[in-house]
Amino acid sequence: MSAHLDSHKADDLAASIKSYLMGFALSVILTAIPFWAVMTHHFEKTTTLSLVLVMAIVQIVVHLKYFLHLDFSKEGKINTFSFLFTALIIVMVVGLSVWIILEANALMM
Amino acid sequence: MSITIPADLNVAHSDEHHEHHDTSGNTLFGFWLYLMTDCILFASVFATYAVLYMNTDGGVSGKDIFELDFVLIETAALLVSSITYGLALIFAKRHNKAATLAWLLVTFALGCVFIGMEVYEFHHLIEHGNGPQRSAFLSSFFALVGMHGLHVTAGLIWMVIMMVEVAKTGLGPRSITRLSCLSLFWHFLDIVWICVFTVVYLLGAL
Repeated sequence: MSAHLDSHKADDLAASIKSYLMGFALSVILTAIPFWAVMTHHFEKTTTLSLVLVMAIVQIVVHLKYFLHLDFSKEGKINTFSFLFTALIIVMVVGLSVWIILEANALMM
Repeated sequence: MSITIPADLNVAHSDEHHEHHDTSGNTLFGFWLYLMTDCILFASVFATYAVLYMNTDGGVSGKDIFELDFVLIETAALLVSSITYGLALIFAKRHNKAATLAWLLVTFALGCVFIGMEVYEFHHLIEHGNGPQRSAFLSSFFALVGMHGLHVTAGLIWMVIMMVEVAKTGLGPRSITRLSCLSLFWHFLDIVWICVFTVVYLLGAL
């Protein structure tokens, strides 16, 4: 029983470390690409802008999945949904503020 | 959902069944909700920055003051510290005290590198007359990046306390719950930093 548990634990250890390394490798790539694009001016400005934003969003998802272990399992669901609700509030706070101020700026011109 | 099970029991339970990482237990869920409110705090400061970043009052703009290679090293330090903390927590759950302490120490050192670089950057800016009082852009810049820095500093203090606790009392269920909370906090700060380097530094230098 104990030996069985130990081998199971060893498997679990390897799997946990593997999951973290996977997340880390993805994060390195997703950080390197936008920095490279901005530092070398490889693309046009609008292309770089969208590339940088997409990479950031993908990297946030990678961090949530591999480092914060958000998922839709029975135990993890409540955390994921509270995060999604927060994300909605954030989009509204940031998005609407920026929208209002840009419109106000345009009207003042 | 094991809402009524006390946190300590629940951690021991999930450890035994090797199913959950750091999302189980009332304590962790409560701490997660705190982090969500912290998200909204950061979102408001991000909104402030987005609204004010063009108002440079004839002074420097992001393009003039941001050094991306410097920021890249900061980012690397924080990113590596995320995985070293992950390793510390994995070993803590296996009751390997020495490995836990070693990885916590590495994480702490990387966090100090990050904060050291940020303090250097702030000092450099203020020395050249680009302090927070110079323009609305710089006020919001210092508020946003400084607030993230204060969070990281709080995380580092917490980490020292955890290292002392683990060294003195070992890895009981209570310590593991606390380490799991710090893990959420630390990874959360890394996510906020992704937003900071994207919105402030990369888009600012574009």
